[in-house]
Amino acid sequence: MNRSNRHGTGSGCLGTMEVKSKFGAEFRRFSLERSKPGKFEEFYGLLQHVHKIPNVDVLVGYADIHGDLLPINNDDNYHKAVSTANPLLRIFIQKKEEADYSAFGTDTLTKKKNVLTNVLRPDNHRKKPHIVISMPQDFRPVSSIIDVDILPETHRRVRLYKYGTEKPLGFYIRDGSSVRVTPHGLEKVPGIFISRLVPGGLAQSTGLLAVNDEVLEVNGIEVSGKSLDQVTDMMIANSRNLIITVRPANQRNNVIRNSRTSGSSGQSTDNSLLGYPQQIEASFEPEDEDSDEDDIIIEDNGVPQQIPKAVPNTESLESLTQIELSFESGQNGFIPSNEVSLAPVASGTNTEFETCAPDQKLLEEDGTIITL
Amino acid sequence: MRRFLRPGHDPARERLKRDLFQFNKTVEHGFPHQPSALGYSLSLRILAIGTRSGAIKLYGAPGVEFMGLHRENNAVVQIHFLPGQCQLVTLLDDNSLHLWSLKVKGGVSELQEDESFTLRGPPGAAPSATQITVVLPHSSQELLYLGTESGNVFAVQLPAFCTLEDRTISSDAVLQRLPEEARHRRVFEMVEALQEHPRDPNQILIGYSRGLIVIWDLQGSRVLCHFLSSQQLENICWQRDGHLIVSCHSDGSYCQWPVSRDTQQPEPLRSCVPYGPFPCKAITKIFWLTTKQGLPFTIFQGGMPRASYGDRHCISVVHNGEQTAFDFTSRVIDFTVLVEAGPGAAFDDPYALVVLAEEELVVIDLKTAGWPPVQPPYLASLHCSAITCSHHISNIPLKLWERIIAAGSQQNTHFSTMDWPIDGGTSLAPAPPQRDLLLTGHEDGTVRFWDASGVCLRLLYKLSTVRVFLTDTDPSESLNAQGEDEWPPLRKVGSFDPYSDDPRLGIQKIFLCKYSGYLTVAGTAGQVLVLELNDEEAEHAVEQVEADLLQDQEGYRWKGHERLCARPGPVCFEPGFQPFVLVQCQPPAVVTSLALHSEWRLVAFGTSHGFGLFDHQQRRQVFVKCTLHPSDQLALEGPLSRVKSLKKSLRQSFRRIRRSRVSSRKRRPAGPPGEVPEGSTRAERAGLQNMELAPVQRKIEARSAEDSFTGFVRTLYFADTYLKDSSRHCPSLWAGTNGGTVYAFALRVPPAERRMDEPVRAEQAKEIQLMHRAPVVGILVLDGHSVPLPEPLEVAHDLSKSPDMQGSHQLLVVSEEQFKVFTLPKVSARLKLKLTALEGSRVRRVSAARFGSCRAEDYGEHHLAVLTNLGDIQVVSLPLLKPQVRYSCIRREDVSGIASCVFTKYGQGFYLISPSEFERFSLSTKWLVEPRCLVNSAETKNYSRPCNRSSPEKASGQARNSGSQSDGEERRSGPVMEHALLNDERAVVIGVLSEWLWGTASATGEDAPKLLSLYLLLQRNEQDARPGCTMNTHY
Repeated sequence: MNRSNRHGTGSGCLGTMEVKSKFGAEFRRFSLERSKPGKFEEFYGLLQHVHKIPNVDVLVGYADIHGDLLPINNDDNYHKAVSTANPLLRIFIQKKEEADYSAFGTDTLTKKKNVLTNVLRPDNHRKKPHIVISMPQDFRPVSSIIDVDILPETHRRVRLYKYGTEKPLGFYIRDGSSVRVTPHGLEKVPGIFISRLVPGGLAQSTGLLAVNDEVLEVNGIEVSGKSLDQVTDMMIANSRNLIITVRPANQRNNVIRNSRTSGSSGQSTDNSLLGYPQQIEASFEPEDEDSDEDDIIIEDNGVPQQIPKAVPNTESLESLTQIELSFESGQNGFIPSNEVSLAPVASGTNTEFETCAPDQKLLEEDGTIITL
Repeated sequence: MRRFLRPGHDPARERLKRDLFQFNKTVEHGFPHQPSALGYSLSLRILAIGTRSGAIKLYGAPGVEFMGLHRENNAVVQIHFLPGQCQLVTLLDDNSLHLWSLKVKGGVSELQEDESFTLRGPPGAAPSATQITVVLPHSSQELLYLGTESGNVFAVQLPAFCTLEDRTISSDAVLQRLPEEARHRRVFEMVEALQEHPRDPNQILIGYSRGLIVIWDLQGSRVLCHFLSSQQLENICWQRDGHLIVSCHSDGSYCQWPVSRDTQQPEPLRSCVPYGPFPCKAITKIFWLTTKQGLPFTIFQGGMPRASYGDRHCISVVHNGEQTAFDFTSRVIDFTVLVEAGPGAAFDDPYALVVLAEEELVVIDLKTAGWPPVQPPYLASLHCSAITCSHHISNIPLKLWERIIAAGSQQNTHFSTMDWPIDGGTSLAPAPPQRDLLLTGHEDGTVRFWDASGVCLRLLYKLSTVRVFLTDTDPSESLNAQGEDEWPPLRKVGSFDPYSDDPRLGIQKIFLCKYSGYLTVAGTAGQVLVLELNDEEAEHAVEQVEADLLQDQEGYRWKGHERLCARPGPVCFEPGFQPFVLVQCQPPAVVTSLALHSEWRLVAFGTSHGFGLFDHQQRRQVFVKCTLHPSDQLALEGPLSRVKSLKKSLRQSFRRIRRSRVSSRKRRPAGPPGEVPEGSTRAERAGLQNMELAPVQRKIEARSAEDSFTGFVRTLYFADTYLKDSSRHCPSLWAGTNGGTVYAFALRVPPAERRMDEPVRAEQAKEIQLMHRAPVVGILVLDGHSVPLPEPLEVAHDLSKSPDMQGSHQLLVVSEEQFKVFTLPKVSARLKLKLTALEGSRVRRVSAARFGSCRAEDYGEHHLAVLTNLGDIQVVSLPLLKPQVRYSCIRREDVSGIASCVFTKYGQGFYLISPSEFERFSLSTKWLVEPRCLVNSAETKNYSRPCNRSSPEKASGQARNSGSQSDGEERRSGPVMEHALLNDERAVVIGVLSEWLWGTASATGEDAPKLLSLYLLLQRNEQDARPGCTMNTHY
């Protein structure tokens, strides 16, 4: 606190940075030393001090260079905010009880021009209901697309991170058949497909998986030749760190690399069959190592602890209790899952899906789900 | 990275692996499932049994066994040995004939199919014209006479199966040669019987179903005699001298007809209805056998009074004023009588009656007064009460072995002392290297002790736990049921008795200490009995203790069965294993795990609610531990709560099966895709669409702590190891649950001299929660040399090196999904092998075994034998957890087979291929128990290697199975019987259910019973993974 105050007095120096902080209708201006911003807690105290709101719980946000309103709630994002502020750091403070969480996020400030007014007059948007996403306390991945550089464009390798037990993985798989290019021409082969996403589940919330995506691998192991039950067991056994490689039913959102302009899947299917496994082994190995090593042991003194390992694990129990961050589906620009791909690729497969697409609703209701 | 390299490319290791491991299915023990035909060769003294699934099994002297499987999966209807030859002919229900022969290869005989043949009539003839009803192998050894439904008798030449048109005896030809008064067309119809004249090979007897019997002269093509009966003919028998014919009929009568060349006398000498005068059922087969003493034996099947005994399966023996109707508990398939073999012998002098019933083989000694049964050395009816569990103990000390045999021999006093009469062939198999016991627990509360050392699984002793409890029926009642002057003179024979008085008596877990003779068995209603071997009969009270596994948990209600009521006061126990302590778990849920430590005198038991430790020396409970998760309602309420959703779950299962059938059809690899005909692709597409409408889905969800039955105790293990600190080892008890928790308790067992004075104490030392939460199926402690700790008392008996207590011990925890090695005493993870995550299979059974090398006499390694839910058997190395070999053993759909598998300590194993048969397999190159036998026929002409018999040592040297799996194709006992698993009794039970479910025949109506039985199998698999219900529920 003292240090911050001292910096505040020395504004105008070369190493300092102007801060413009806004709470309600009030502005405060002060400065920070760019090289020594201090800790978030000190900064938080400073803000409460300058706004004269010592006992009010507030949320702190800042506008980054892209105009996004991003939260400041720990040292990391505080330092990020300070280091990227140019020339001035704009801070927005909201009371926690009347906070508008939706104001945060990518494109928030540029897309919605009125976001600042929202922040200004919180009662503005009480009219339209919105989904309350929990305030991100810390950043951690929920899902990711990995190995984009080594996979064929038509494939997508998705990693789902399961923390704690709050949110179900939430998807179903089924048997089906797909068309492959083989030396004998096109051939129908059995395959495993995503049949359903549980609303609100992790799989749906990532937006990276959709109904009718064909599952090609689970944690690097090809599923071809395996039964539905085997694949189910593999996925469940890997559920803490599930990496599935799919061929999305909708090929329109593929990551397109420079060399290729269109996702011609006939070719890339071929690719997937040849020379593929070697890449897999290398690609996710390091993460896999710590996936489920963390068995808990309770010694006779009754205090639970993680089982130590030969390779010490940096992950602690705390990580299990962290609140999940999730995105609304669709936000990432994926087309809703029921939509049918019209791409000419893998035509056999797609036509089948076309015929069954109208039954999609029925599928979900019929749901003879056998829980394992 | 390292983990993804394929294990074992080290050439030295590969070579060693070949010396250590090899997979063979060696022999099938027990009684063939669904037998359908019986054959016997008087000259070879070998018995043949055919089954509904197309298998034939040959049995001679103990150890002489052969097996063959027809390529067609059709029922064997008849088996006929060719007289005086090592050949037999089988008739299948698709009307095809197959010629099999026993050929000597490498010093041992092998059963091979040589030829097959289907009788073809003239073009355009009705199929019934060539539908074979009777087969007569002619004594010329070259001809086969085939009676058909049309009434024609065809002659076929062997071994090539050439039809001899000119020798056909058509019914028209017979008709023309009959005298005028006997010529009605109605006398023909199908041929029911064909018999060769006992003395004159040129005469055969033809019996037609409408009652006409003719003696046909083969050379002159004429009718020598004819007999006309007023009743439908069932069968005929020719007296040994040829002077008398006995026919049996559908009205329950039999007639004697004198044969003389001169008079074609159409009237019977004598006709009688043995169980008249009220209407009787047909006598379907009759034997008329002469004796030296003069009075003949009449042995016939059926003929019981229709109204009161029509449902019995009886064979009557009448001789010298005595008559007994042997009453079988299952349908009689066929029977034969063993008589003096020589064709020149003047009299039959029958000595044994061999009856093949649907569920057992019964042999009756006809020489001894009272006609006692003979105890079969093989073909044991394993399922005389449904098998609910099994336990194998290797290398039994001679002392215990003898005591068990002694106890068993006192139970077998009702058996005849006659040597086993079926004694053809010579067994060349070396004597078993050690004595092995297989214990089977049964639904009726019995434990059967089987000699599993060799090829013949022989019953040694039967233990019944029923006496300890009060049950509805008093066992003494049934003995006096038979009155003095009963008519018909029924006598129950056989041991097959599938009806259990009380399913709670079922045995679920068995543990025998081979050194001390302590046995503990646990059952369906939470009962745990500790028994001790006593050579004398004794009367004593069984001490009862209740173990309250719920302890202070509140508000739970058990809706399952009541606990068993123990018989108060002293009970008399026969010599053998006698119970002295009864622990009853409360709630009385099925006991799911059991361990006995005979040195510490401790018994540990677990149910779906928790586990307990009992000190059977002081007879007091040491502790109980509740493992229940508070949210686990299912475990608390017991099995009944599952019933309410039965209908729904049945429907779901039906759908699921239907779909999986569709999809499996889809998955069958078709030929080259271009050649698929249009129609089939359309059908496929239709099937596919059908599937898309209602797909089989599987939910992908991480296992959570809230899953039900997490408290279900899967495994218990005693170990003397470093649990608390690395300086002192102490006794410990380990328990693993369905929810992936391992509890470790440190025990303090007082030294022997103060054993009775001080209590055994236990305190919880550790609790390990596996994060993947898969059920723990095995716990093992490895000593400093990474060798599994020896069994209790093993070291004391100098049978094992004492474990290495210097180096650090390691704990191996096997869950359904992973193998993990932890250090001790500080539990830290050292190694793991993920099975499910990598290949999607789950561990069903795991057991440590010692694999000996076939090259170096004393070299051996300890490894884990693992059976997965896919039916694969793998060997995983200790302590590095490297997969060594993998063989596919059981079909993955055969969940009851997978659930029944037990491993031995030396790399063999057993699993049920039907309710009544164990398949024995071996993973070891060294321990291989399989039949090796030689059958010689003195009369065989084309067999010219008599020297083989003299060199059995050489024969055993070049073992037929000593090679690796590569010779699997030519092995006769390989995939045989695998497809014979659908079993009908289950289907029948379920037929009722399916009607209720479906009302009328739906699209899958015809398949419904089959599907349901499949469903039950599936259910059983699920339940196997869960607690509460074990195999017995479905029997």
